Amino acid sequence: MHKPAVMVFEDGRVFHGVEFGAVGTTFGEAVFSTGMSGYQETLTDPSYHRQVVIMTAPHIGNTGMNSVDGESEKIWVSGFVVREPSLVVSNWRAETSLDEELKAAGVVGIAEVDTRAITRHLRETGAMRVGIFSGEAATASESELLQQVLASPKMQGADLTADVTTPVSYVVPAVGEKRYQIAAVDLGIKDMTPEMMAQRGIEVHVVPANISAEELLEIGVDGVFFSNGPGDPGTANHARDLAQAVLTAKRPFFGICFGNQILGRALGFGTYKLKYGHRGINQPVQDRKTGKVEVTAHNHGFAVDAPLTGESQTDFGRVVVSHVCLNDDVVEGLECLDVPAFSVQYHPEAAAGPHDSAYLFDRFVELMDGAR
Amino acid sequence: MPRREDLKSVMVIGSGPIVIGQACEFDYSGTQACRVLKAEGLRVILVNSNPATIMTDPEFADATYVEPITPEVVERIIAKERPDALLPTLGGQTALNTAMALHYNGALERYNVELIGADVEAIERGENRERFKEIVAKIGAESARSAICHTLDEVFAAVDDLGYPVVVRPSFTMGGAGSGFAYNAEELATIAGAGLQASPTTEVLLEESILGWKEYELELMRDRNDNVVVVCSIENIDPMGVHTGDSITVAPSLTLTDREFQKMRDVGIEVIREVGVDTGGCNIQFAINPQDGRMIVIEMNPRVSRSSALASKATGFPIAKIAARLAIGYTLDEIPNDITKETPASFEPTLDYIVVKVPRFAFEKFPQADDRLTTHMKSVGEAMAMGRNFTEALQKALRSIEKKEAIFSWPAEKSDVNISELLTEMAIPRDGRLNQVQVALWAGASLESVFEATKIDPWFLAQIQLINQIADEVRAANELDLPLLRKAKRHGFADTQIAQLRNVDAAAIRALRHELGLRPVYKTVDTCAAEFAAKTPYHYSAYDTETEVVARNKPAVVILGSGPNRIGQGIEFDYSCVHASMTLRQAGYETIMINCNPETVSTDYDTSDRLYFEPLTLEDVLEVIHAEQAAGEVLGVICQLGGQTPLGLAQDLKDAGIPILGTTPEAIHAAEDRGAFGDVLEAANLPAPKFGMATSFDEAKAIAAEIGYPVLVRPSYVLGGRGMEIVYSEDALAGYLEKATEINPGRPVLVDRFLDDAQEIDVDALFDGTEMYLGGVMEHIEEAGIHSGDSACSLPPATLGRSEIERIRQSTEAIARGVGVRGLLNVQFALSADVLYVLEANPRASRTVPFVSKATAVPLAKAAARIALGESIADLRAAGVLPKTGDGANLPAGSPIAVKEAVLPFGRFQGVDTVLGPEMKSTGEVMGIDDNFAAAFAKAQLGASSNALPKSGVVFVSMADRDKRSMIFPVKRLADLGFEIHATSGTAEVLLRHGVQAKVVRKASEGVGPNGEPTIVDEILDRKVDLIINTPHGVDSRDDGYKIRTAAVLRGIPSITTAPGLGAVVQGIEAAIAGNMSVHSLQEYAERINAARAAGE
Ligand SMILES: Nc1ncnc2c1ncn2[C@@H]1O[C@H](COP(=O)(O)OP(=O)(O)O)[C@@H](O)[C@H]1O
Ligand SMILES: Nc1ncnc2c1ncn2[C@@H]1O[C@H](COP(=O)(O)OP(=O)(O)O)[C@@H](O)[C@H]1O
Ligand SMILES: [Mg+2]
Ligand SMILES: [Mg+2]
Repeated sequence: MHKPAVMVFEDGRVFHGVEFGAVGTTFGEAVFSTGMSGYQETLTDPSYHRQVVIMTAPHIGNTGMNSVDGESEKIWVSGFVVREPSLVVSNWRAETSLDEELKAAGVVGIAEVDTRAITRHLRETGAMRVGIFSGEAATASESELLQQVLASPKMQGADLTADVTTPVSYVVPAVGEKRYQIAAVDLGIKDMTPEMMAQRGIEVHVVPANISAEELLEIGVDGVFFSNGPGDPGTANHARDLAQAVLTAKRPFFGICFGNQILGRALGFGTYKLKYGHRGINQPVQDRKTGKVEVTAHNHGFAVDAPLTGESQTDFGRVVVSHVCLNDDVVEGLECLDVPAFSVQYHPEAAAGPHDSAYLFDRFVELMDGAR
Repeated sequence: MPRREDLKSVMVIGSGPIVIGQACEFDYSGTQACRVLKAEGLRVILVNSNPATIMTDPEFADATYVEPITPEVVERIIAKERPDALLPTLGGQTALNTAMALHYNGALERYNVELIGADVEAIERGENRERFKEIVAKIGAESARSAICHTLDEVFAAVDDLGYPVVVRPSFTMGGAGSGFAYNAEELATIAGAGLQASPTTEVLLEESILGWKEYELELMRDRNDNVVVVCSIENIDPMGVHTGDSITVAPSLTLTDREFQKMRDVGIEVIREVGVDTGGCNIQFAINPQDGRMIVIEMNPRVSRSSALASKATGFPIAKIAARLAIGYTLDEIPNDITKETPASFEPTLDYIVVKVPRFAFEKFPQADDRLTTHMKSVGEAMAMGRNFTEALQKALRSIEKKEAIFSWPAEKSDVNISELLTEMAIPRDGRLNQVQVALWAGASLESVFEATKIDPWFLAQIQLINQIADEVRAANELDLPLLRKAKRHGFADTQIAQLRNVDAAAIRALRHELGLRPVYKTVDTCAAEFAAKTPYHYSAYDTETEVVARNKPAVVILGSGPNRIGQGIEFDYSCVHASMTLRQAGYETIMINCNPETVSTDYDTSDRLYFEPLTLEDVLEVIHAEQAAGEVLGVICQLGGQTPLGLAQDLKDAGIPILGTTPEAIHAAEDRGAFGDVLEAANLPAPKFGMATSFDEAKAIAAEIGYPVLVRPSYVLGGRGMEIVYSEDALAGYLEKATEINPGRPVLVDRFLDDAQEIDVDALFDGTEMYLGGVMEHIEEAGIHSGDSACSLPPATLGRSEIERIRQSTEAIARGVGVRGLLNVQFALSADVLYVLEANPRASRTVPFVSKATAVPLAKAAARIALGESIADLRAAGVLPKTGDGANLPAGSPIAVKEAVLPFGRFQGVDTVLGPEMKSTGEVMGIDDNFAAAFAKAQLGASSNALPKSGVVFVSMADRDKRSMIFPVKRLADLGFEIHATSGTAEVLLRHGVQAKVVRKASEGVGPNGEPTIVDEILDRKVDLIINTPHGVDSRDDGYKIRTAAVLRGIPSITTAPGLGAVVQGIEAAIAGNMSVHSLQEYAERINAARAAGE
């Protein structure tokens, strides 16, 4: 268990810890998540593809893993960093342990490192590449390891949609009577999202990201949804084109996270990389309409670059920033005033996180009603 | 929405005396509230009868009323001050109930005072258990099945359906007063009876038992825009059945998946909305069935609570402060997060560390008490610790509690441990259960069997197994190398524990550790797990890699706090520490506070320049100092303000090369060591009671015979009057030595001549090496023999003459000089047959410092701190910290008179005798202040208990022969005042001789009479008596007295157990009847005193 492992950042900072999960080597963008609960949801969230996630909460794995709480079929993080792996699994719903699952998924992790020091480092110097090395790999010299890290791919400019999107369409049936049919463009969608829609009588057709505009509008009878997902939105040109087609067709549009950035780009706004991103389930977001504050789940490293106040004129009419993060005034939501479209940068489907923003799914339903 | 402009003045009600279930956490919250409201430019009017609180310091409010917290008195204050609003949610249940009473009796309306922070309906909905259950049902959540009962008949009807065991809980009480489990009909009758009694609405709730479920608490806040945040989740390691106040708890919750946690959060938010707490904080408790996750809502407190204080310290999110802001109109998003400054308060703190709270009990002081932990809170204090993992936090918390037995230790042989016995014992929760669990697991008990016995979540049990396993490794290793030592430290092992395992002394381990360069780093509590930079240096230690202590340029002074509240060492000491910090900051020093009590003001992150939330052990303190020395100049440590705890560290700190500011360890020894102190007294030729040290019964016998009975015996190795007893005969002496204490050369017993009928006097003084400032002379009401902490006293002394005070002044100065005090000194004298005996001297701030400071309008603790840093009393007089001339013993004419009264916890410990003795039993105190003794005493009594002074009705008298003489006048007076006098035969006879008609009542031992005449105990139980006067008789009828007094406690009837107390109470009753009690603020009194002083100059 307590074999050494080492973590090397692209700026040369090194942390020594012990093996955790699979043994070997992994690279990715180092990001920290401040959620105290919900590690299973985090691990299985496709948005974390190619990222090494550092959990700031010290004890991880306490409640094990179960077959219900996952947000996708597999673990997506490229590496997992915790201070104290759980000694036992204690929860009535648990089926396996975190360590088993990481090993099974071949995800390399590291434990017993000073996760707070790492977090402060990322906060001060910004997100960067990192490598985790355990077993044989850990025996190489630090300079050697650093070379490997520097050789690994950057997140900036990475188009990861193809890695995470579903190869074929599938349908999540409405719970109870079917009242709407929408197409959900899978850019790395979490299971909870279609579920939240299904609960509202929506039949969700989850479609591959490379779908054609015609097909998309054909399936998305009542509306189209753009999901969350990994990578640099600046590279997602096809998704942007699809979005523009939906806006032109005045088909009700709803986007979450990556989907928000896609809407932003479709409207002609730019996107940019945040210094170290928002990842946690305690972020205060204000709904500009009601002035109310929601405690929300975040997982984004990029953001939309839109004017915070007033209406912006775009090819699709007037647009306002509907939600902002009160911590740092980052754009957290867009709303079109002349076409039926809106999106948020954070996660109303929660999982993990508070349910304060579930009302946004109702807004989508209202939007579809209005369009009828 | 910005702050309301229509509010100009706000009244804040405090929580009164420290009692079990309502301690100094409310001083912390109230102090925060006052600070905030003042900063907002509002006129703050404060009412709190507790002089030991920081909040009642004149500088924290514009008008501070140290008056009884009763609806009548508070209404008078309202009439005088006419506040625009009343904020009732920061003073615990006391404030809440008083506010409700003022609403229902129309006072608030009459003076159109608006309740802010909570409205009456919301309080009703939250506090009335029946209505609360309706709300829980309404939002589709579950409560335990239950029935509301108003009579015993209803109770028995209900239990048929609920079955045993059943939980009995009264409405509108705090700390579970009057509640408990009933396993059968008799128990049900007693508990429900008491419960109906305890509930102001004579209403109890019978409830299905869910013993053994996981217990959780959520701390929520809501603003007028309906923004809600969950500040903190707390998980109880002791499952359902042990009051949260008595449970070892951890934050954040550690054994819930996100889905389960969010479900709990959703329900919590719906509850706070439905109940309608529209601004402020509230606490909601949940139970979760570990088998299937079924969730039950237990209760809510629609106010700031003990748990909110814990949550504030645990997260760095100042709930009370923010509640106060919300109450005056702000919304969460408008309030900045104090710690990050940039981000708003409308978020949910996230922790990257673990917090553990451990309760501190005082059962050793109440041997007859039932020490099982149930739904009825029994702990008197708590300690909190933080670490970067659970084991580190837990072990730090266990050593913070300052009870040797609480620290995990390991027997020599696993085979020595009787596992099955431990498993049976741990099934019944008591103080120290976790230690039973640890030893059982270590000896090989299976995790399953321990879970079966305790229902403690396996996750926690596994952590304890890890600690045990490391202990074994440490013990087995032939050499303690860096990796192993680091591992042990990473999991919270103290050097002392490692030393025990290695059979070496702790110093050796410390030396080795430092040699290996293994020291803790200091992390920061920042509410956001380092996502944003923290601006407040609120630190805790951890064995990790990166430290966050930043460099200083000002010289620093370290102040050691007093640790967990316990009987004998409570809030009074925190008061002194906070004062020192305030004044030294003003004087240009940086102050560094070290303490581990989450209830206190001293552990508020903005009280000192830097806060280290750490155990007060040598190791932990030395490491903090080392870290701070690396950050800048450290002048030294102040040990004299935090009570016995830091005093006990002084010598070791000095030996480790740390400068001790003020009174030196040598001086401390001169006062604390019986022999050394004897020399001091001799040199000054001051008399002390004859005494001797006995190492065997025969020696004790000889000494006692030589100095003469009665003698006062106590083990020489304990403090706080522990195990002290007055013995009147040789047999009694033998009896004491058998049961009370072991006696041998290693553990000698002190035998003092007991001064009978002696007048006890308490003195607090300042000494700078040349000049003395006599802070105040307190004359006790009860005679010597009753612990100074338990007896009432008056300042200025009610009956002492000039010459006596002069003698006290000279004696005190001689002691200060002889001992070599630099700062505060407390001396206890006993005046007997015109000889002024010295009982003891404490070279430190005493329990009475805050009382004296408030009674004389002089900040003694501040002065002491400045003296410790080298200023002279002359300087302080010049600087205006002390009066230009005179002192606390020659207060100018026209000064008010203040009376301190102790508050005792007997109501919590049924069956415990209420007779007072040399061992301290009180948890708190109140102050009454007025123009004359009677009025001040009456106020003190009312402050201690609202029904302490009946104005009419039946008085029962039964006096020991030695007291009969002194009872005649007062009892006669009561008769003249129209009271009906009942008495036991002997007492009645004497009274009759003096023309007082007294109805003879049978003693319990006499039994019910031939024609069914009830005994006095029956009369008391039937509430036929309004006041009980009963001084302990000789052994024979002690049992009768015991029955009387315990019945009185059960029914909450005031009972006086000393002759001097009687005289004072009668004066108090007269004053109460006359109703001529004024209400004046401390600021008004201060003005009066200062004017008079000025006039005198
Ligand atoms: N139905 C029940 N079964 C078992 N234990 C209970 C039940 N209800 C409450 N308790 C225990 O009693 C304690 C005190 O109950 P609570 O309702 O919180 O009263 P208080 O107002 O004194 O806090 C709780 O912390 C819990 O441990
Ligand atoms: N020789 C004595 N005669 C009478 N009463 C005494 C004597 N010594 C102590 N007492 C009583 O016992 C109480 C506690 O004793 P003290 O020496 O003050 O111990 P502590 O350290 O607990 O304050 C005193 O307040 C006093 O009332
Ligand atoms: Mg409770
Ligand atoms: Mg004393």
